[in-house]
Amino acid sequence: MDWDWDFVRQILPTLIQGVKITILATLLGSALAAIVGLGIALARRSPNKAVSRTVGWVAEFIRGTPLLVQLYFIFYVLPDIGILLPPLVAGVIGLGLHYGTYTAEVYRAGIDNVPRGQWEAAKACNLSARQTWSYIIIPQAIPPMIPALANYFIAMFKETPLLSAITVLELMNQAKSVANTYYRYLEPITLVGAFFLAISLCSVVLLRWLERRYGKIER
Amino acid sequence: MTQWSGYFGLIFQGALVTIELTLMGSVLALIMAFLAGMGRLSRFFVLRALATAYIEFFRGTSIFVQLFFAYFVLPLLGLELTPLQAGVLALGLNVGAYAAEVVRGAVQSIGREQHEACIALNLGRWQGMRHVILPQAFLVMLPTFGNNAIELLKATSVVSLISLADLTFQAQVVRAQTGNTMVPFTTILIVYFILSLLISWGVRSLERRMARGLDGVRV
Repeated sequence: MDWDWDFVRQILPTLIQGVKITILATLLGSALAAIVGLGIALARRSPNKAVSRTVGWVAEFIRGTPLLVQLYFIFYVLPDIGILLPPLVAGVIGLGLHYGTYTAEVYRAGIDNVPRGQWEAAKACNLSARQTWSYIIIPQAIPPMIPALANYFIAMFKETPLLSAITVLELMNQAKSVANTYYRYLEPITLVGAFFLAISLCSVVLLRWLERRYGKIER
Repeated sequence: MTQWSGYFGLIFQGALVTIELTLMGSVLALIMAFLAGMGRLSRFFVLRALATAYIEFFRGTSIFVQLFFAYFVLPLLGLELTPLQAGVLALGLNVGAYAAEVVRGAVQSIGREQHEACIALNLGRWQGMRHVILPQAFLVMLPTFGNNAIELLKATSVVSLISLADLTFQAQVVRAQTGNTMVPFTTILIVYFILSLLISWGVRSLERRMARGLDGVRV
């Protein structure tokens, strides 16, 4: 089968529709993962053993099971107990939760990397726990984390095709429906691959820049 | 009440397929990791370029897209694959690309003095690699290989989308036949989690075995 440029031109508008949803899902998922990760990281440092252990186990469980199954779970099982979510919302929650458990480790490393002296200084200045976190620890911990966080957001971007399994009309799903309509797989699937490769190669450049700008921490 | 024992039989068969895929994929990934990882460290520009292209390509595009490419597009180019072959190929090549960077990093992390000692003992490049560098580097690689194997296990769920009867696929079958979503999906989540615990436990005990006798040598 030969590559057909006319066919490419014909399907491009449909694929671009998909690209928009893919990018939207990545952005929303990243925002959610950033928040969930911070929540998990803070909860794991909780002095209350019950809280930190439970959160630790839940995070471990989420990290040890496939995203696809979690998406199915959110999309098909939650309606049974009365939570009916639109596909995109279910997808964003799945991505955010799954990658939140990964970003939690980045936050943990970032917070651990703040020198002890800073904690002691905060205590010496009579700052409350809340003030210590929001004025001393978090502002110093965040910048070195940025490259590692960006790395996970790029990984998430590459996982978005999974959302097609729960009927989100993102790029992969559009490509599949185009392929099924015209029964030509070569162009749509190759274009999807090329698109992801192009974005990933650009993001490598972005990552290098972030690493130069903000430094790097060991995960 | 539905006949759960029969359905659990289905899920058990699915678990066997998932394990089979994980093992075969891991073997391919391990081979590719060493080929590409060593390739990146090669003296020859062509080998370095080939290895870099392979790694960037497979890390840059989503596993899902690669799987669809292997299953739907390769037949058009004259390479007919069964779902199992396509699954093992895509999983092995994808995870192999990630693991290749681990191999490169581990080999580079071995100190200069070890290389110098190899030269002093008049070992050839290959001998030094085989008897001095790799045994030490392998220990550095192991923990990350464990993580990669868990990533591979999780990625196997994607092959259910190309009609391979793995855990996720069987759960969908059970869902379609019984109308119950909670039981099959919760079951397979737990099975996946147990499998990933098994992998991390196995890698940890392997690491302990291999580290025996190396105390004091490693810094």
